[in-house]
Parts: sequence; C-alpha cells; structure tokens
Amino acid sequence: MNFTEVVAASLKSIVSNRLRSFLTILGIVIGVTSVILLTSLVSGLKSYITDQIQGLGSNLMFVIPGRVGGSRSPGGIQANRLVMQDAINLTNKLKGSADVSAVVQKTATLKYSAKNDKGAAVFGVQANYPKLISIKIISGRFFNESEAQGGKRVAIIGATVKSNLFAGGSPLGKSVDVAGVKYSVIGEVGPRGSTFGVDMDNTILIPLPAATRQFGLDRLNTIYISAFKAEGVKDIQNRATALLGKRLSEDDFSILTQEQTLQTISQITSVLTIALGGIAAISLIVGGIGIMNIMLVSVTERTREIGLRKALGAKQRDIRNQFLIEALTLSGLGGIIGIVLGIVLSLVIGRFFTTAITWWSIALSFGFSMLVGVIFGVAPAIRAAKLDPIQALRYE
Amino acid sequence: MKNSIIKLSHVSKIYQSENISFQALKDINLQINKGEFVAIIGASGSGKSTLMNILGLLDKPTSGSYELDGLSVARLGQDTLANIRNKKIGFVFQNFNLLPRTSAVENVSLPLIYAGISKKDRDIKAKGALEQVGLGEKVGSHPNQLSGGQQQRVAIARALVNNPEVILADEPTGNLDSKSGTEIVRIFQRLNSKGHTIIIITHEPEIATHAKRIIKLKDGEIVK
Repeated sequence: MNFTEVVAASLKSIVSNRLRSFLTILGIVIGVTSVILLTSLVSGLKSYITDQIQGLGSNLMFVIPGRVGGSRSPGGIQANRLVMQDAINLTNKLKGSADVSAVVQKTATLKYSAKNDKGAAVFGVQANYPKLISIKIISGRFFNESEAQGGKRVAIIGATVKSNLFAGGSPLGKSVDVAGVKYSVIGEVGPRGSTFGVDMDNTILIPLPAATRQFGLDRLNTIYISAFKAEGVKDIQNRATALLGKRLSEDDFSILTQEQTLQTISQITSVLTIALGGIAAISLIVGGIGIMNIMLVSVTERTREIGLRKALGAKQRDIRNQFLIEALTLSGLGGIIGIVLGIVLSLVIGRFFTTAITWWSIALSFGFSMLVGVIFGVAPAIRAAKLDPIQALRYE
Repeated sequence: MKNSIIKLSHVSKIYQSENISFQALKDINLQINKGEFVAIIGASGSGKSTLMNILGLLDKPTSGSYELDGLSVARLGQDTLANIRNKKIGFVFQNFNLLPRTSAVENVSLPLIYAGISKKDRDIKAKGALEQVGLGEKVGSHPNQLSGGQQQRVAIARALVNNPEVILADEPTGNLDSKSGTEIVRIFQRLNSKGHTIIIITHEPEIATHAKRIIKLKDGEIVK
C-alpha cells in the first residue's frame, strides 16, 4: 500500500471517529495555535516598539537618570541627579555637532470648563524639542525660545486631551487648567497611538521653565541628544558620557542610542518569544501523549485486523508504517487546524494590538507537531508490528 | 512426486510454557498434491488448529521439515513468510475476519495491497473474485449489510483473489447455519473442480464428506 493510500485510509478512519479524533488532536491544535499566536503577538509588539523608537527622530540618544544594563545594576530606587545644568553643559559642549533638549515630566489633571482629563502626561520641554523629536503639529504652532524663557504659560496638546476637553471644537486660544494653573493652547499634535497600553496622545507639552516653576521640578527625566550626522552618534555618546561623568558618577546616568535601545528591545522580545513559545510547546508534547494514548487503544482495538493483515501478507514494516502514518495524519491534521486557528486569531487580535504572523513560527510549530507525531506514534506502531498473527487472530 | 504442493516430514510442535510442555503435533508426515480437496478433521485439542497454523505459515514447527511448492519454509524469517503467505496461501476463517466499515471489494483487495498491485488492477481483480463466488452485485456492500453466508463468500473471494496455490479454510462453516454452510462447501467444490487446491479444517464429519480425501487427527497424530 503506498503512502497516499494509507493517508487516505487514515483520514477515513479519523472522519468515522470524529469526536474521538477531535479530542485526540486537541492538544496539538492548542499547542500550534498558541505558538503561532504568542509569537505573532511578541513580533507585533517588537515591530511596534521599533517603529515607535525609530519614529521618534533620527540619530537620537537618550540621557536618562540611573544606570541601565551593565553588570552591576544597583537595585532599589535611586535619587535622580540629572539637572538642568547638565543639559546646558551638553548644549555648549556639543554645539555644532548635535542638538540637546531636556525634558521634565509630571502627571496631572487637566480641566477645561466642566470637563476633566485625569492622568494626562505633562511634559516640560524646550523650544527646540520639535527639532529633535518628530511630532506633527496639525494646527497652531509650537512655542519659541523667547516665550519659553519669558515664562509664558502656553501649551501644545495631544489628540486624547483635545477629544477629552474640547470634544471636537478647536482648542486653539482656549485656556486649559493644568493642576490649577491656566495655560493657553497654541497648538495641537497629531495622533501617535499607544505603546504598552499607554496612550501617547494623552499628553500636553508646556515650556520647561514654566513646568519647573509650577511643579518645583529641578530634576530632568530625559535629555535628548540628536547628532547632526549618523556617523557622529558614537563619538557624541562618548563625549557626552565624559562630560556628564565630570559631575556625576557612572551610576547616576545612562546614555542610550536608538540602536542600543532597539538591541535591548530585541533581546527582551527574543527571551519573551522563547519563553512563551516554550510554554506553548509543552502543550504540543501533552498533545503527543494524547495521540500515543489513542494509538495504543487503537492497536488493541484492531488486534484482529492486524492479525488478519499479517496473515494476508503484511510485513512488519507494513503494519508499523500504517500505524505511524495514522499517528502522523492525526498530528498533521492537528497542526493544520492549529495553523489556521492561529492565523485567524492573530488577524482578529491584530485589529486591537499589533500582531505579526511569522512564517518561521508556523513552520516550526508544524514541524514540531509532526515530530511529536513520530515520537509518540512509534511505540504503538512497533507494538502493532510485533503482534503475533496467531494470537492476534484469536483475540476477542 | 512432481505435483506435490505440501510436504510435511516428521513435523512436531511442542508448546513450552514455564514448566509444562505440551506436544501438539507428533511426527506428522503428510503430502498434499496440486488440485486435491482435503478435509482435516479431529476433535478439539487434536492438534488440527496447530497443523493449520503450520500449513498456513503462521507458526513454525518445532522440528521436521515443510516444503511448500518445492520451497523449504520451516526456517524462513517472518517477512519472507508474510510474502509467501501473500502469494501462495489464501485463508478462510471461521469468523470471516472481514474489516468492518469497509466495502466488500476493498476487503477482497486486501491481499493485493501487500502484493503491491495498483488500485485500478486491485479493483478489477477483486470484482472478478467476487463474481466467482456469486457476489458480483454486492461489491460496494459493507460486512454489516451482508448475511453470514455472504460474508464468508466475501472471505473466500479474498482468499482467491491473489490466485494462491492453496486455499486453507479453518472451520469455514462453523458460524453458519446448515443451508449457508452447504452453499459454502459447494463453492469450495466448484473452485476445486477448476483446479484450486483446497484444505478444509473442520470438526463436522458431514462437511468432510464433501472432500475427496479425509485426514483424521487424534492427539497430535494422523490416524487415518
């Protein structure tokens, strides 16, 4: 009997035992589905974050307080020692080769007439902020240097703030209350979406001096450095590190380039992929045990059939192949259903989160399910092949 | 002799289990020629099933030699024996042993599958064999749609289909009413008249009378 005929015969017996076959392959279906789904979620997450970081600006570096990475990351909460003077020093030192822009951040409640916007992110930024960070002013304008230095209370708002407070009307020229102080809206930023479920549009940008004064913030959350040339990034990172190192210890700050950040994210998502994929793969193994179980039952049930086939001229390998191919047909069918389900679910979830179906996860999970079929199909198949035809024919 | 198809010389079979040994066959010498119709009779425990298994290459003798169609088969390996069974022996069992949920034509095709014959040729041959036993109308029927006699006729068609040297029938009428039983015996007679060598094992003397030669076994020995 050739391969396709055995597969056809196996499919026939699978169809005639619908419920049992379905329960048998359920483990494989769940395993393959979850491998594909989880890896597509992680890949989607990675590509989304990558887009976000790359979309921030070009040749960008982030100076952030505290030590990130390295062999001796200190635990616990550290005091932020990054101050405005550091940003000023960097600006002077890197003049002609990079722009420098400092940011402070605070969460506050925004109000306009009777409307509230709780938990908005207030960013105190410098006038050169749009030069470094790609934001899209869709109406109005950004504030200028003299407004910032003059302590003007002006604001540029994000899409969520606009919809929460102004419900479709133009916010320009309106006075929005930021934690009790009025700011005049002079511009609005286009929608940016959300990262990790954080709404990037529930933000308001105000001049850094005004923010510092109102909230008493003397520590900086981030200093952005944007190199003029891509080749200059590494050099500027070194120079900035040296400069900040004069006043601060190496545990007080970190300078990450976009590239390094992307690498870190890539590492995190790889670990996530392996961990989640591994957990999902366990259900493939459990599914394999299910297949072995049903194949053993099937061998016992069909003892007489095996005896008969042997009497009629089936060799050991004919019987072994028949049962092995049946196990493979089961696991392959489970794999195919799992792939279809995984893709469909990824596409459905893709309407809410970014998902990216990866071909390698489909190939890997299907290959693994077939491997599981072989591994767990071999024992029952060998048992069947070794049955003594006389005993098997007499079996009741 | 030239047209000898089966030749057993000094065949013994001893079953050994732990500390008990049981001699099922004692020094059997038997020759069956091409075209014979032989009935092997004996009470239960007389060793006729053991003899049947040895003749059918399902079991090996403990000692002695067995020549099937001129080939010494007593010491061959399992897969070689499977191959010889496939080509030279057609089995008919007491309980029919048809595959359930499988059509008559597919059941009859089974030996041809292991002979490596293509699906198309299998179908032609299987239909031919079913016509020979008078079931040309029932090719698509499943065993549960057929009477006992019809099921046994499907089994005979299956035994015939690969054109074997010998058809071995183990109590072929044991599960049938007397009318169907007679019908089955007639089919064997007809096949024999066409030149097939037929060996029937039975405990019913009535059935044996239709054979041309009767071999009687008692306590593992041929007594007649």
